[in-house]
Amino acid sequence: MITNPRWRALTRHNLFWPVAVLVALLLVNIPFTPDFFAIHMTDGHLYGSLVSIVLFGSPLILVAVGMTLVIATGGIDLSVGAVVAITGALTCSYISDQKDQDALSGVLLAMGLGLIAAVVCGLWNGFLVARMGIQPIIATLIIMVAGRGVAQLITDGQIITINSEPYKLIGGGYWLTLPFSIFVVAAVVAVTVALTRRTALGLLVESVGGNAEASRLVGIRSMRIKIMVYVFCALCAGIAGLMVSSNTSAADGNNAGLWIELDAILAVVIGGTSLLGGRFSIGGTVVGALVIQTLTTTIYTIGVPTQTNLVFKAAVVIVVCLLQSPKFRAKVFGARAKKTPPAAPAAVTTEPATPKMEVS
Amino acid sequence: MSTTTKTPTTAAKPEARTPSKAARVLGDRRLPVLVTAALFLAMYIAGLSRYQNYGFGDSQVFLNLFIDNGYLLVAAVGATFVILSGGIDLSVGSVIGFTTMLTAWLVQDVGLPLLVVIPISLGVGAFGGFLMGYVIHNFEIQPFIVTLAGLFLFRGLCLVISKESIAINDSAVSSLAETRVSLGLGELSIGAVVALVVLAAAFYLLHYTRFGRRIYAIGGNEQSALLMGLPLGGTKIAVYTMSGFCSALAGLLFMLYIQSGDPLHAVGMELDAIAAVVIGGTLLTGGSGYVLGTLFGVLVLGLIKSIIQFEGTLSSWWTKIATGVLLCAFILIQRVMTTRKKA
Repeated sequence: MITNPRWRALTRHNLFWPVAVLVALLLVNIPFTPDFFAIHMTDGHLYGSLVSIVLFGSPLILVAVGMTLVIATGGIDLSVGAVVAITGALTCSYISDQKDQDALSGVLLAMGLGLIAAVVCGLWNGFLVARMGIQPIIATLIIMVAGRGVAQLITDGQIITINSEPYKLIGGGYWLTLPFSIFVVAAVVAVTVALTRRTALGLLVESVGGNAEASRLVGIRSMRIKIMVYVFCALCAGIAGLMVSSNTSAADGNNAGLWIELDAILAVVIGGTSLLGGRFSIGGTVVGALVIQTLTTTIYTIGVPTQTNLVFKAAVVIVVCLLQSPKFRAKVFGARAKKTPPAAPAAVTTEPATPKMEVS
Repeated sequence: MSTTTKTPTTAAKPEARTPSKAARVLGDRRLPVLVTAALFLAMYIAGLSRYQNYGFGDSQVFLNLFIDNGYLLVAAVGATFVILSGGIDLSVGSVIGFTTMLTAWLVQDVGLPLLVVIPISLGVGAFGGFLMGYVIHNFEIQPFIVTLAGLFLFRGLCLVISKESIAINDSAVSSLAETRVSLGLGELSIGAVVALVVLAAAFYLLHYTRFGRRIYAIGGNEQSALLMGLPLGGTKIAVYTMSGFCSALAGLLFMLYIQSGDPLHAVGMELDAIAAVVIGGTLLTGGSGYVLGTLFGVLVLGLIKSIIQFEGTLSSWWTKIATGVLLCAFILIQRVMTTRKKA
């Protein structure tokens, strides 16, 4: 079926399927909303579906970028949703206690407090995973379960609403005609890419994910790297928590960031990072997060009843995962190729998997 | 029983030296279950001494633990099977929610008799589990992701049936929900009895059948299980099918308990189920644990809730924090045990 070598190389690139799905999803909108790609200026702000996809997707992109590094070390962080809730709760409750909620120093202090809480959560996760050697999925389950309780404890079970102009900026404000959160996300992504791809850090993270024991013997401080990625992931979740609470001007310990960990893991997987660790793609994750957000937006704009949102999401997860599964591709796409050399099924099964690893 | 469960670990981690007495006690697989049971007893006695005047000592209060948590017990038993096999099932809460919705819709809006609806619901749950198991095994996609898709799918299907909750006022449902089985000391609901039957069946399956032994073997070391010639795919698919079935059954019990279907029922219950399994001493890496431990895990979680009810002043979020702290403690105990075994 696929003969052109260039085309083959392209389809094997690890960003091919995620980008293809994203483009397909964007194109689906055109028959329903002809001006889907139009961006217009109102009150000095840019508006348009593309802008709002990035705006509403910002917290998810942030959390997913942090999650990518954790998954690259062979771990997983289930606690990010709870960290989002804790950060928002702490920051908003501190701001709401201020006499002047618009005072910049108070807002900065509150944000600092929230982020410190996030870092503490990350340290705790990193300590359990790296020092105690506990399976990541269980170690982070603790904060996932207890964290929302802590967030509700901070807000006393209430939804705290605040009215602070400077705090509104980070999640709902505009700067240079674009939503401010886009700049925050861009900065975090840029710093992460620079640190992981322009320094050896990314390689170290991948080697720890590939084989922690071997990389320790080579002289990499794998324990330190692991703790670092959990702290980074929690910090990203903390910033996302600031964004969510700032956008709604409220902290809801129960619902803030609900299921964001699952969406983030999904974004990472859609982006082509293997859950087994050992390699990662930040670009893929950003595309993956955009796919999820575009899916949500598309469902709204084409007028499908919103309650079917989750069914569509499930369908996309299944399709993307199946497309990425070497075994599935061998069974479905390889079935035709198999006809010529029927004697070597093993070669057909392994063939699509091996080059993919080399590309990344 | 002990030989059944010991086989996989001895195969996986041969002990080089004869362990000291302390190491042997710490390395005993029954220890976590005993610790959980002791914790349950200690909490119960603490509750007794604190709320004796409020009727905490009534045997009915104890039996209410089963009545109020029967559905969780059934779901956790299903989760135990999956976790013992080294997998995980995140779709539990969604399947429970979906089952309440489906039964409520079929009974209330379509008007089918309950006796027809029950097999349909159980069949749908089991089929969902089967599909997930099929994809996990045949396409080698991680259970975490596949069951996550299941979580979204079933929660979405709930909302497709209806966005609103459906109250059930069918006479068959309410008479079944109000039926009580007298035990002399107190009474149990039908849901609690079903949960205990499921527990007994799971105990038999895991510890006295070849199927149970295969689950332990696969959870202990999938590669060796495969090399030994165990039917890996069949067992794995069966485990997820059973988990789907248990979730659907838990959904039916939950529907009886609440007498309504709601698209937001049982959100996040998979975590309660996993927490109960972990507190019950089953290793999340698979291959080690007892379904009786899961019973104690559920009872401990239930007892936390009833103590908070008796306390009256404590707020509901303390349940979450207490669960988290307990999880943490038991994970650390498990950790100490597994390191001792290696040494």
